[in-house]
Amino acid sequence: MTEPAQDSYQDGNALAGPLREIFAVDVTAAAGQCVHCGLAGPVASLRVYGPAPGMVARCPGCDEVVLRLVRGPDSAWLDLRGTVSLRIPLPGPGVPDGTGEGPA
Amino acid sequence: MGFVSRGFRGRPRDEGVKLPPGQYLVHDFPVLSAGPTPRVPLDRWEFAIDTEDGQTHRWSWQELMALPAETPTVDLHCVTKWSKLGTDWKGVSLDTLFADVESSAEYALVYSYGGYTTNLPVEDLLDGKAWIAYQFDGEELAAAHGGPARLLVPHLYLWKSAKWVQGIRLMNEDWPGFWETAGYHNYGDPWREQRYQGD
Ligand SMILES: [Zn+2]
Repeated sequence: MTEPAQDSYQDGNALAGPLREIFAVDVTAAAGQCVHCGLAGPVASLRVYGPAPGMVARCPGCDEVVLRLVRGPDSAWLDLRGTVSLRIPLPGPGVPDGTGEGPA
Repeated sequence: MGFVSRGFRGRPRDEGVKLPPGQYLVHDFPVLSAGPTPRVPLDRWEFAIDTEDGQTHRWSWQELMALPAETPTVDLHCVTKWSKLGTDWKGVSLDTLFADVESSAEYALVYSYGGYTTNLPVEDLLDGKAWIAYQFDGEELAAAHGGPARLLVPHLYLWKSAKWVQGIRLMNEDWPGFWETAGYHNYGDPWREQRYQGD
């Protein structure tokens, strides 16, 4: 019996594809805070175990669970109980992004 | 019901093996992980059964080793669809560990070193259906597979066979565990294909 590499995880960018299926924005760019230890950082900095039976994203500071995502055949389950909040960068409402040039 | 009784089946071959619905056969032993692998030194390892009345029964590693062991050969069915047949284990039956436990609780929450939990009815732990297993295939159980000891409850999907088992809390109310609170089925019978909530 060969033993696979231990504790193999990916960084939080592994969540980008599965979360894009649910959210209109790229959540991996959001800043979150760990409920357990208070560490703040981008979702992309989490340690992601899985994908099977589900994706388990853990805090790089304390290893506690920050986010879980299970994809069933006709539903996804998203658990954010380990997150204080997510700060999601968005353009201002109704303001065209980018150039700052208004209409002439 | 098949025409070959379970008792005479022996070690099944690939051809003609009846698997639970949706499962396929593997010959390796895949490792799925939801977190870092806990490392528990045997001199600090402990297993506990906590009753609904607040009584706790504890076993050190030495005490566990001193109990009569069984060597079940069982089939494993993972909810991610692989099945591994005829696996050989050594461990202590939960019937032995429950012998002096006074409880009328119907529900169990199994908890592990590292924080994992899973729930099941107490009756699924008794009557020769579950073990605290510490050897696989004649060798001490590797940490990647839940060593030094894991729960083995092979009639349910393998996520119920908690790796790195630390204890069992007996309760009057059902308390869904790690995967059971994230979309997976509360009971997880592979023969009824109870993978997800609502199956
Ligand atoms: Zn943390």
